[in-house]
Amino acid sequence: MKSKRTKKIILEIFAFCLLLVFMFPFAMIIINSSKSAAEIIRNPLLLPSNWFQIFTNIAEIIGRDNIHYFSAFFNSLIITTVSLIAIGTFSAMAAWVLVRTKTRYSFVIFMLFLSGMVIPFQVVMLPLVRLLQTLNDIFGIQFKDTLYGIILVYIGFGSPLSIFLFHGFIKSIPIDIEEAAIIDGCTKSQVFFKIVFPILKPIYVTLLVLNGMWIWNDYLLPLLVLGMGGNIQTLPLSVASLAGFYDKEWSLILTSVLMAALPVVILFLFAQKHIIKGMTSGAIK
Amino acid sequence: MKNQTKKNTNKGLKLMYFLVSILVIIALPFILIIRALESLLKVNILKIDDSKKRGIVGTFVVKYWLGNTYEAQKNRVFVYFILPSFTAFSLFVALPFLQGIYFSMTDWNGLNDPTFIGLDNYKTILHDYSFGYSFFRTALYSILNIFVINIIAFSLALIVTQKLKLQNIYRAGFFLPNLIGGLVLGYIWQFIFNRVLVQFGGIFESSLLINGNTALVGLIIVVTWQYAGYIMMIYIAAIQNVPQDLIEASEIDGANAWQRLRTITLPLVAQAFTVSMFLTLVTSFKQYDTVVSLTHGGPATQLPSWLGMIYNKTLLPVVQSTDLIAVNIYDEAFVNRNMGVGQAKSIIFFIILLVVALIQVYYNKRKEVEL
Repeated sequence: MKSKRTKKIILEIFAFCLLLVFMFPFAMIIINSSKSAAEIIRNPLLLPSNWFQIFTNIAEIIGRDNIHYFSAFFNSLIITTVSLIAIGTFSAMAAWVLVRTKTRYSFVIFMLFLSGMVIPFQVVMLPLVRLLQTLNDIFGIQFKDTLYGIILVYIGFGSPLSIFLFHGFIKSIPIDIEEAAIIDGCTKSQVFFKIVFPILKPIYVTLLVLNGMWIWNDYLLPLLVLGMGGNIQTLPLSVASLAGFYDKEWSLILTSVLMAALPVVILFLFAQKHIIKGMTSGAIK
Repeated sequence: MKNQTKKNTNKGLKLMYFLVSILVIIALPFILIIRALESLLKVNILKIDDSKKRGIVGTFVVKYWLGNTYEAQKNRVFVYFILPSFTAFSLFVALPFLQGIYFSMTDWNGLNDPTFIGLDNYKTILHDYSFGYSFFRTALYSILNIFVINIIAFSLALIVTQKLKLQNIYRAGFFLPNLIGGLVLGYIWQFIFNRVLVQFGGIFESSLLINGNTALVGLIIVVTWQYAGYIMMIYIAAIQNVPQDLIEASEIDGANAWQRLRTITLPLVAQAFTVSMFLTLVTSFKQYDTVVSLTHGGPATQLPSWLGMIYNKTLLPVVQSTDLIAVNIYDEAFVNRNMGVGQAKSIIFFIILLVVALIQVYYNKRKEVEL
């Protein structure tokens, strides 16, 4: 019995050391974004001489023209939230009718969405950029460099996986509830929004997390649709443009990295359970 | 003359686009809005009365689309509920995908009107040593990545399911890097490799990112750090599903920890292995942002001699050592401005990804059954 306990203590120490290794990069960011450029060059491992330097650095980042931190932050926030709500709602609607209508069409459409899941973004990106330009030439609707443009594109790319997950979930909901609601006088769309939609909450949360992590951190799609240094920038874009501009000026780059990563980390601390559950259950299905 | 017809087809195409979009964007929602108003205000604007007599077409339209019958309602809901995601999907994913297949057979450079040149782009790629090298590096990287990430993630999962005191903190801590985007992560690790680790001396004396092979190792370290926590969560879920009484029974029978792992846990989490290996494979193959911010494809190195022999190069050319396929495609399209060739590369990339994924899923599924 005693040997079992010592084994456990050794394991605990080992796990703790591993945790330290995993946390080492984070510690480095925090330590070094509280330093001036000269101090980092001297020794990046030492603790900063003046912790308040971090506020100087943050102020400097906010003041820089090529990052526009607040505008980038709010753009990221708007793009992510609106896309998430739109993807979730539209995909749930589509998945519900696809499950409940058993015709050839619904099967074909579902298969079409499914095949969209295996298409990597690289295959679509070049024609997409051209298509957005063409749409602008024909209709005069600017899809590039606009918020609604990128949100619409995200709805397109987000719906296959979301519809797939909703489809699987809705299949497990007994149809009796819906039939009862129709007998009680609900219209078809009321059945969905009042009866089915609330039941979908767990899978909706999963999708919020999965799609949210993807959209918030995405780099390539905003780079192509919004462009580097355009009117509208997301956080990854502005970090990249800052890092490209101040090459190797680590005090600024690391501070911007910290400011870009912080919102998600804070969110994680509050919604840890949902995030972990969402990401794992999304992967297993 | 040729120019004339081209212009005309363009006009016809524009007109068609216009009509279809008018129909989709304006007409259908318009009818829906009127119907909604009707039911709200309890009036009949469209004058649709189900009992009234009308022609065959009228009856059909009312019965299956406009009327208040269950059938009509069902059809309307079907179309309107699918329309938003279907429009976005077909416009921004399916249509570009189909266009892409055509563009891969044109001389498109981003500025011109693409003209059809058959399979020339694919022939160009066949002789493109940089793509061959990039494919080889991506395959190497992905295989190493699958092993490293899954082994580490599974070990982490085993450790944090041992009922340790701080197990929740461990889980959250290992998972945390996964929240940060690949691009931002690349900058963090560029700093760590170039500035921090060199302070330790020894094997870290010179930065890992300077040499081609160690840069690939560096990339694997970064991606493992990012991804292991996520995969760990999948394994944790699987390990927790292993029935406790099986483990207790084996303990009574005198099995040691290793035997328990090999004969009980491993077979029962085989499903999780399929999922995780598939996930790591696909992410490794598609890796883009981390590479861009960590190494941007570099450092430059010489083409390996065995690849030089395949491509008939006596003088070995310079290639980029972490130029993974996704980076190679982007550079071909936007740096070299060979959109047609870039598109053809991406189609090849798609086919490879599809085949590898199918083989892997098939193989793993078979193994599961045997176990």
